[in-house]
Amino acid sequence: MKPFGCLLYFVAFWNLAGAPPAPVWGGELRFCVRADPKTLDPLQSADQPGETVRYLTGGVLLRLNRATQTLEPELAESWRTEAGGRALEFRIRKDVKFSDGSAFTAADVVYTLKALFDPASTFPAADGFRRGPGAIVVEQRGPDVVRIAFPNAAAGAERLFDEVAMVSKRWPADRRGAIGMPVLGPYRVVEYRPGDYIRLARNPNFWRTDATGRRLPYIDSLRLIVQQNRSLEVRRFTKGEIDLVDTLDPEDYARLARGGAWRAHNLGPGLGAEQLWFNQTPAGRIPDYKKAWFSSREFRNGMSAALNRADIARVVYGGWAAPAPGAVSPANSFWFNSRVPAPAYAPQQALADLARAGFRSTGGALRDSGGHAVEFSIITNSGNQMRERTAALIQDDLAKIGVRVTIVALDFPSLLERVTHTFDYDACLLGFSSVDLDPSGQMNLWLSSANAHAWNPEQKAPATEWEAEIDRLMERQAAEPVPAKRKAAFDRVQEIAARESPMLFLVYRNTLCAVSSELRNVSPAVVGPSLIWNVERLYFESARRAEARR
Amino acid sequence: MGPLLKPALHILATAVLGVLLAGALIRMAPGFGIDEREFDLRLNDDSVRRIRAEAGAGRSLWSFYVAYGRGLATGDLGTSRALGRPVSELLRERIPITLGAAGAGLLAAWTVALTLAMVCVHCRNAVVDAACGGFNALLLCLPAAALGLLTMLVSGQSGRAAIVAAAIALAVMPRLFRLTRGILAEAWSSPHVACAMARGISPVRLMLWHILAPSAGPLLALAGVSTTLAFGAAIPIEVVCDSPGVGQLVWQAALQRDFPLLVNLGLMVCLLVAGSNALAEAASGVVGSAGRGR
Amino acid sequence: MTSVRRAAAILLASIYVVCLFPGWVAPFDYAHQFRDLVAAPPSARHPLGTDALGRDSLSRLIYASRVSLLLAPAAALLATAIAALLGGVAGYCGGGVETVAMKATDLVLSLPWLFVLLIARAWMPLSMLPWQTIGITFILLGSFGWAGAARVICAAAASLRSSDMLLHAKACGCPRWRLFAMHVLPNLRSILLAQFLILIPVFILTEGNLGVLGLGVGEPLPSWGNLLRELMNLPAVAERPWMLAPLAVFAMVTGCFYLLTSPGDYA
Repeated sequence: MKPFGCLLYFVAFWNLAGAPPAPVWGGELRFCVRADPKTLDPLQSADQPGETVRYLTGGVLLRLNRATQTLEPELAESWRTEAGGRALEFRIRKDVKFSDGSAFTAADVVYTLKALFDPASTFPAADGFRRGPGAIVVEQRGPDVVRIAFPNAAAGAERLFDEVAMVSKRWPADRRGAIGMPVLGPYRVVEYRPGDYIRLARNPNFWRTDATGRRLPYIDSLRLIVQQNRSLEVRRFTKGEIDLVDTLDPEDYARLARGGAWRAHNLGPGLGAEQLWFNQTPAGRIPDYKKAWFSSREFRNGMSAALNRADIARVVYGGWAAPAPGAVSPANSFWFNSRVPAPAYAPQQALADLARAGFRSTGGALRDSGGHAVEFSIITNSGNQMRERTAALIQDDLAKIGVRVTIVALDFPSLLERVTHTFDYDACLLGFSSVDLDPSGQMNLWLSSANAHAWNPEQKAPATEWEAEIDRLMERQAAEPVPAKRKAAFDRVQEIAARESPMLFLVYRNTLCAVSSELRNVSPAVVGPSLIWNVERLYFESARRAEARR
Repeated sequence: MGPLLKPALHILATAVLGVLLAGALIRMAPGFGIDEREFDLRLNDDSVRRIRAEAGAGRSLWSFYVAYGRGLATGDLGTSRALGRPVSELLRERIPITLGAAGAGLLAAWTVALTLAMVCVHCRNAVVDAACGGFNALLLCLPAAALGLLTMLVSGQSGRAAIVAAAIALAVMPRLFRLTRGILAEAWSSPHVACAMARGISPVRLMLWHILAPSAGPLLALAGVSTTLAFGAAIPIEVVCDSPGVGQLVWQAALQRDFPLLVNLGLMVCLLVAGSNALAEAASGVVGSAGRGR
Repeated sequence: MTSVRRAAAILLASIYVVCLFPGWVAPFDYAHQFRDLVAAPPSARHPLGTDALGRDSLSRLIYASRVSLLLAPAAALLATAIAALLGGVAGYCGGGVETVAMKATDLVLSLPWLFVLLIARAWMPLSMLPWQTIGITFILLGSFGWAGAARVICAAAASLRSSDMLLHAKACGCPRWRLFAMHVLPNLRSILLAQFLILIPVFILTEGNLGVLGLGVGEPLPSWGNLLRELMNLPAVAERPWMLAPLAVFAMVTGCFYLLTSPGDYA
């Protein structure tokens, strides 16, 4: 018996030693936001600080698990799609209360959704649901069931509920966002000093509990400090004044990765890409011969082959970026098409592609069939050092095949005016950060009639056959309820984009972040908010630390 | 009332003209009426059209001024498009921060610049002159934003207003030093100074009554101009130091073409410049007549 | 000339010779990227190391000197000349001329010239060469940078108006233009020189800051302004102190200008 008893003790000791420490309750988590939120109204917020506050305070029907990239029930304990994707039905969780103690019911859901889908409303979150003409009908079916009927099939629409915070029907609409508004999220706003900070305190009635039945969150309060300057943000982090930095520049990451009282995380390629596109707008204020160049697939493919993406990732991003294989990041595990061949750096291939389109190298300069020297300008937004360096690398790469490029860095409104209003530009280098994994979130990019169809927006009819095909495929996947069929359609879109190169995808920036060693249960993810997506379960390592942060 | 009315009318006229011209410049600048939400992939065409209409790209400058004038009469300065808050509220929060920091910075800058200039002019020593000149040359070569960062690093971020004030002082002081040194050097070379020295007048009395006093006119004019310098330096310093003052607001408003905010800030700047220069002129007039009286 | 001034003159002249013939002195082309030597420390091959894109920092500093040392003093001269003329005439004439001129300077001081520069950039074709863009930028800076100095010069000229020297010259029948040119302007020399000296580094720095709006020098052409913008990354500067080389040269040149133009016989 004795050896067995010793074994029992050994196993018990081993389990206890390996078991995670019990979560510590209390303390204040501090991190920075880049600017003041334009509004605290959860339905109106469209900028990042506002969306951060909405995420922390808003209760949603469904939540995207940022780690697994799957949708999970939240305030809706279950949901189902009906009528081939034309309707969604939610069963609302019972016994949930707002922060002021009032009951959360299906009536609140109906109220919120009716306000959101009101045709007169201008809520950014509503646009993703509106697919074609016709009204969206919201009705309560029973005490805990809400049904939403769309005029057209809206595949994947349930994911959009991750961004729709439920509001109380008892709270006046004109005071939505005011301090004191009842909320369903883990925190509520208690103090806001513009230009300084936003302080959130725990929601005493938050519906989630831990394993012991005690109401979450573990941490008592959050302080969102308004800090525009990134290097100051990192400095505050290294001094221990804040607990996490969710977006690090490569140079800052390199410094933090050397070690300290924190953990620096490199999550691999994120969802944000750097992209270059050429102006294919017929109304573009550029000479006709340039329009002919930019409309030529061989020209675009030639330019693409001449760009050394590996060098951009290595030189500009210090290796913390990956050459973009195509229109979708590999981090988007379900929608990424691994069959799309990644563009390779091949200047000779580039010249061969261009030769097929009538371009010839003469005296070190590339010329078209009309004798025009291939020269164009690339506009990009100023103040972004990585992007300006990327532009310089592109300029150098294209010089090697005889193309002269002028880089013009403009402030963002001037750039946007040229790209969306006057079309007075040759090529544009910008970055897009995708927050939506689902391709339906990119409809406004791929549809030829859309305003964000960067290279030739708002077309009355598709200008090319391949754009018409992309239109058909995107509409098909948006209405198709079967995920595998949706994926097949969107895979085809990626293949067309790789063949036609309307946008040259350059690199996917790695998601780089850092967290204080004293903060526990952090599970960094590429989908934002990277570090606080499970904020209710974060806690400080020790009571001393939690007490120091009161 | 008479002596005050004319300068007041001048200031008002300058402010009105300044606001009209500023508004025209802002309206003509590229990017006006553009909202970066237009590039938000989540928004459909209808929303983008609505945003464009809100941005007022098609609205005439004259209709804006009419509405603005009406609002101004009732104390309504309009609403900031970028921040979504009443302009009057924003200014009320931020003006004291900038005034305090710029005022303290300017005072410190003048104290150091005038002291160094007097020392250089009085000592007439190559080493002293080279040292002061070298120090000021180095400060002149540093961007104001870099000075802001340096003061933050040195101070460790305690007391943001003090950091901004110190950075403004470092940015403005070298320019004041150069000009005051030139003004005082010019006064030093006057014949009456040589005469005063020959008569054995003490250095302090010489400096105060025979160099500073005759230089009062240009020095006071410089004082008026220095408020503009301080405010100009406050913009990049507040942006870098994240100080929630008017300078930071100016930069944000300019980058986002926030027309209501920019017009009001333009009015504020016009009043500040015209007011401080008018004050300097008035002081110069008083000093001049006192000198003549003596 | 004292030995200090002589040394300053020789140093400045050497720098200008290097500026005018950078191809003779710079070891590499300013745009050449050594992509395997990014942000390298100083070495025999690259005495000032390389920048974030692997370009030789010494070569870029030499070519940057050409842009800044030729254009910034020219712009400063333009601004000082306008200030001297406007401020000097206003102070000398007095009365309504002075009032109108000073109100005009108040207006110029308070207008948002940033938007004028933005408008200028919008009108410039995107295909303009970096040299052309930077040239226009400096002309604009020179054209608008006179207002502050004009006020000070006006006040100084006004104080000269009632001076004995001027009264004496008037009594001798000196014509007005001669009074202004030969008796007023020379007595404003210290202030004009001071203003000129201030404006050179101010314009160099302003050009760097205007890069944020697309008005500075375009890639790959270097200028002191855009080299100095890199100083904003203080952690990087702390790790790579050789990045301070442009600042050291800039301060040295500004100091040389100061020494050469200092009044008095003691410098």
